Amino acid sequence: MADLKAQIIQQLNLQEVKPEEIGNDQPLFKEGLGLDSIDALELIVLLQQHHGIRIANPEDGPNIFYSVRTMAEYITAEKSKTA
Amino acid sequence: MSNANTYITSSCIIRNNTVVKNGVEVLTEADTALPEFLRGLYDRFSGQYPKFHKMDLLSKLGWIATEVLLQDMPMETYAPEETGVVLANTSSSLDTDERYFETVREIASPALFVYTLPNIVIGEISIRHKLKGENAFFVAETFDIEFITGYVQQLLDTGAINACICGWVEQYHITYDAALYLIEKNNRGLGVSFTAESIRKLYL
Repeated sequence: MADLKAQIIQQLNLQEVKPEEIGNDQPLFKEGLGLDSIDALELIVLLQQHHGIRIANPEDGPNIFYSVRTMAEYITAEKSKTA
Repeated sequence: MSNANTYITSSCIIRNNTVVKNGVEVLTEADTALPEFLRGLYDRFSGQYPKFHKMDLLSKLGWIATEVLLQDMPMETYAPEETGVVLANTSSSLDTDERYFETVREIASPALFVYTLPNIVIGEISIRHKLKGENAFFVAETFDIEFITGYVQQLLDTGAINACICGWVEQYHITYDAALYLIEKNNRGLGVSFTAESIRKLYL
């Protein structure tokens, strides 16, 4: 999950945030990291660029991007499908 | 058009790695590229605003120039609708347009796309300072001081606004030039009569 945190920081240009400051279960949006709708689109780009994953159903977005842990679990599950 | 009781109460010029506030040089950093120069200005004059790092260079330039402009110039006496923002430049958002175009070849960047309009800098300034007054962004070959002065004066004369941040925010690749002025009906701060000649004198 440390790598994923670093990818999020780089993709979203969170220059004042360190990976260790992002909790695994901390909400990414609203009260957590305070990300916005453009950040959500950038996270979709991150999944495509770094992991080759396209989200088939946009309605799954809120659950996938709830926290670093939910993102990591989604990436692991998607990669296991193609393994 | 009347300029009675209308004043330039603050000014900020950023060019050649130098910041000039109210006609006085307050900072210069030679041999620093624009992104690093703007980051340095952010650290010195603002901070604690993470959204700054997501902005394109044009927005960063206008945003930080406004930070300097409004330093020691509290605007809380105005309702959000009373302060307008009127800006102009010559390159529009071309620098970011080009960067965005480069990303389109692979995966188009949403973060860059939102800055492919020059008036986004007005939005960033307005969000930061909670401004909801009249705003406009003009693209012209040069800084038409007479036009901007007349336009702002008319907004003030008609009562559409009671204060205005106006001026020039230009950036394309490594070239940049920002000149912002705070115009108010109440005299304070710099306290120079608001005329095209006064704006020009502070700009040069």
